[in-house]
Amino acid sequence: MVEVNAHTRIAPPDACVQIEGLCKSFSGQVLYEDFDLTLPNHQFVSIFGPNGCGKSTLINMISGLIPFDRGTILINGKPMRRSRIGYVFQNYRDSLFPWMSAFDNIAYPLKVKGMSQRDCRDRVEQLIETFNIRLDLKRYPYSFSGGQQQLISILRALVADPEVLFLDEPFSALDFETTLFVRDKLQEIFMTANLPMLMVVHNLEEAVYLADTVLLLSKRPTHLVARVPFDAPRPRTPDTLSSPEFISVSRHCLDIFQEEMRK
Amino acid sequence: MIIQTGRSPSLSIGSLSIWVDRLLPLLGVVLLFAVWWLIAVSGWVNQVLLPTPFDTLVQLVSATVTGNMLTDFGATVLRTFEAFIIAAVIGVPLGVALGSSERLYRSVEFLIDFFRSTPASALIPMFILFFGVSDFSKVIIAAFSALLLILFNSAYGVINAKRSRILAAKVMGANRWQTFRDVLLWESMPQTFIGLRSGISIALVIVIVAEMFIGTNQGLGKRIIDAQQVLNVKDMYASILITGLLGYALNMLFLVFEKRVIHWSGK
Repeated sequence: MVEVNAHTRIAPPDACVQIEGLCKSFSGQVLYEDFDLTLPNHQFVSIFGPNGCGKSTLINMISGLIPFDRGTILINGKPMRRSRIGYVFQNYRDSLFPWMSAFDNIAYPLKVKGMSQRDCRDRVEQLIETFNIRLDLKRYPYSFSGGQQQLISILRALVADPEVLFLDEPFSALDFETTLFVRDKLQEIFMTANLPMLMVVHNLEEAVYLADTVLLLSKRPTHLVARVPFDAPRPRTPDTLSSPEFISVSRHCLDIFQEEMRK
Repeated sequence: MIIQTGRSPSLSIGSLSIWVDRLLPLLGVVLLFAVWWLIAVSGWVNQVLLPTPFDTLVQLVSATVTGNMLTDFGATVLRTFEAFIIAAVIGVPLGVALGSSERLYRSVEFLIDFFRSTPASALIPMFILFFGVSDFSKVIIAAFSALLLILFNSAYGVINAKRSRILAAKVMGANRWQTFRDVLLWESMPQTFIGLRSGISIALVIVIVAEMFIGTNQGLGKRIIDAQQVLNVKDMYASILITGLLGYALNMLFLVFEKRVIHWSGK
């Protein structure tokens, strides 16, 4: 106990997100009570849990979209107001700006910071080159397919060089085929950018497939049930899905989840 | 049997039906003119009260080309646009401002809804008291009624802006002003355009009524009532037709403009 307290003021150097004593209630219903969580750097972390346990609420609180009642959240040791984060919304249709071209959408976080138009253009071009994106960005978002639109949202979240990327159910508005496309592209980005990512998903297989660590959450009041590592080599491919490692980790997560649901 | 033998004729029937589909919007017009013509020539209605559609159209063309129809038309259009521009210049920014604070909007909502529900024509005498029977008075009352429509549509456009886009701007680091300029304003535009379109329609209605009852030298409203007073029915119907055409054209103009500006609508 004393040891834990001694660590509270200084984040471990390899922690990108550190949450301590987080409390959050919604209209009298306790969602989080003294919730602690440390997320390692350089990792892809998936969050999985039962419906209504507040998975999305958690990343919304970390990214400053929803206020919380008590506790501290630090990103790389700084309060989130002073850190750079990227956030990918569940529904690209409602989060991209249809009145701007795809290019202007991607450049928007830079424009908001007051960056000159030339620097914006250079940065976006550099970004699409790094990740090998071939889209005609002069077009408006709605003229792209769903998968391409979600990819544009991801690029927009990456353009301002975030310290950590949050993804709130990024595949849930996509059909199966485009999910595969965006998932592969996301893995490619993760491997190239070496950027910690935290993703909320509602599908266990999705959670395990991309993750270095799967966090399993409980029913309300929410706490961390298990932290399951998955270290299959990257890039992961459809073959990964049939590897014994993947099957045993998925099975393990499912067992924990089902046991939690019975409580 | 029919399916087997009907192969080659069905092709020509198909192309014919495409033509029929294209001409479908005109069917109602033709029907109206036919019924009108039938009533006019049958003698059911006194010839003095109802000229044939052909006579009316001839009068419309001749009054436009040689007469002073265009002067009246121009005067009405000018007043309508003056009223509309005053209403839009005040209504859109004010509506957007009110809408961006929902509590502010709620505090004036009753006033807006009350005056919006009051027929503007009921206020004409009051406006005459304040502004006299001048040209300005007609424009002001039309502007007033258009203003309320434009204002509350713009306000609702902002109030109903998609929350997710506002959050997206916030998480990208946009401050309040940037969120307003880059998101709220755009989000409100489809609704604002509905307000502008209804606004110019109501402005035309009120301008015509005001021209009839406040009195003026030129204007379609005055022309219609004058023609009626002296039983110049051909000119009355011709003026009604051109007023209708004007209203229709204004609506179409705004629809086309709206489609170009709000290119993302429904996508």
